[in-house]
Amino acid sequence: MPVTSTWVFVEEQDGRPAAISLELLTKARTFGGDLAAVLLGAGSEELFSELGRYGAAKVFHLTPDVQLPTAAAAAAIAALTVSHEPDLLLFGLTSTDRDVAGRLSARLEKPVISNAVEVAIDGDDVTVTNEILGGAQLVDTVFRAGAPYLVVARPKSFPAEPGDGGAPELIEVAMPDVGPSGSAVVTGRHVEEREGPQLEEAAIVVSAGRGIGSAEQLAIIEELAGVLGAAVGATRAIVDADWVPYSRQVGQTGKTVKPDVYIACGLSGAMQHLVGMKDSKVIIAINKDEEAPIFGISDLGVVGDVHKVLPKLVEALKAR
Amino acid sequence: MRVVVCVKQIPDPASPYELDPDTHFVQRPTDQVLDDTDRFGVEMGLSIAEQTEGSVTLVSMGPAGNLQGIRQALAMGADKAVVVDDPALRGADALTTARILSAAIGREGFDVVIAGTESTDGYSGVVPQQVAEFLDVPALSFAKKVELEGETIRIERQTDYGYDIVEAPTPVVITVTAGVVEPRYPTFKGIMAAKTKTVDQVSAGDLGVEAAVGQEIISVRPAPERAAGEVIEDEGDAHQRIIELLEQAKVI
Repeated sequence: MPVTSTWVFVEEQDGRPAAISLELLTKARTFGGDLAAVLLGAGSEELFSELGRYGAAKVFHLTPDVQLPTAAAAAAIAALTVSHEPDLLLFGLTSTDRDVAGRLSARLEKPVISNAVEVAIDGDDVTVTNEILGGAQLVDTVFRAGAPYLVVARPKSFPAEPGDGGAPELIEVAMPDVGPSGSAVVTGRHVEEREGPQLEEAAIVVSAGRGIGSAEQLAIIEELAGVLGAAVGATRAIVDADWVPYSRQVGQTGKTVKPDVYIACGLSGAMQHLVGMKDSKVIIAINKDEEAPIFGISDLGVVGDVHKVLPKLVEALKAR
Repeated sequence: MRVVVCVKQIPDPASPYELDPDTHFVQRPTDQVLDDTDRFGVEMGLSIAEQTEGSVTLVSMGPAGNLQGIRQALAMGADKAVVVDDPALRGADALTTARILSAAIGREGFDVVIAGTESTDGYSGVVPQQVAEFLDVPALSFAKKVELEGETIRIERQTDYGYDIVEAPTPVVITVTAGVVEPRYPTFKGIMAAKTKTVDQVSAGDLGVEAAVGQEIISVRPAPERAAGEVIEDEGDAHQRIIELLEQAKVI
């Protein structure tokens, strides 16, 4: 059976579709065939029509209650796949999407291929490409278990471009009672202050790693980012050390960025960091250790002390 | 509480792993190490067991080798381990892995299952959710903080925009991020004790699970290479070269 129908899972975030879902809808338009969105969250006319513009002819709408909605959403989608028989379901590599995709996979007894950077359809075969070894190698995997095929894709693997679709058909779907699986309750929500340019959208990202020395010494990174109008990124090491919040983390378990310029300061370039930034147009790295792997993918590598180079850079930029 | 912690032995990340050119599976040496991110799960498990006078059982799937990685986790203080090692499971996908782990966990009995959010060599990041579904329990995922209050577990669940406070009654699956707790270092006494702790080695058949092939790797190829550019030594003027490059990129 060729792939004739694709669904994209969409998490509503702050009244808007999560950025990754628009990337996936854009990609799914290239497959031809029917395209639908499965929206989890508060709906609005504006949101529905945005999904329509990106190509969704139908929107299945799930409205969460106080429960952590992932288990019930997976059950609802499983039931919908039985009645509507979609061939391919696309998810993003976010907390909610991963929860729903994992549970759905177990419920349907169908494999899910995660971490995809490319999805290709060739007749009956759906091939998913993953990066391994920090992006040095590509692995192509094909499904052998029959539809529906479940794929979780990395953000920024595909561009998001609106099409000219009209208002979608809206189908409200009840959240089923799933018993013990659904008994987790959300009792509070904490939204990080978002200041300055957003990491995923900024033209310049200045990132820091442990080589900066300490949380206090990050001031120079903030200052450089301020002068350049850049967003500040971070390695997992300094997020785990609590120097900066998780929302700044770039890499496998954090955000994927593709800015015009990425300035890596005092970070060695662990594989899990590289996959989140290696597709930046220009990479500049400053590190004391001339053996640091980050130099292997940098357009310009500066072997030196960040606390000597950066103050001069800030001063020179201010003087312009 | 009966705590089960899912752990994985992986090739030492210090020397990058390789894929078998014929099967495309990760080549696994006899000496494997505990996935570093699992140390956080083990620590969390020990902490819950200590607060509740409970126990910690490790459950793992993969070639057992010399069990070096499993002994690392036992040395931290876990009571025993179950390792599912079966040639039929080589190259198993996430779903098969979850089936196996669920069967092993169910056989041991549990109040809390703890896993890392993803492994450092596979990164699929969906196995714990599949396990939760098979065990029919809630999943408190992406926890960066975990609190115990009677039979209720409360976590801070990391999200794209910050975090949510989520709670659920046991039995429950928790996935923890690195940084959720500071893992303890094994003591000498712990390392010695680990040598004699029970490690059950079982097969897929022992658990009544049949390995299914749902996906197949058809090729492994080098990614288009990004050439390294110039590397300069800072002699007090490196900032000028950076500015030239920023100008070329037309961002300043």
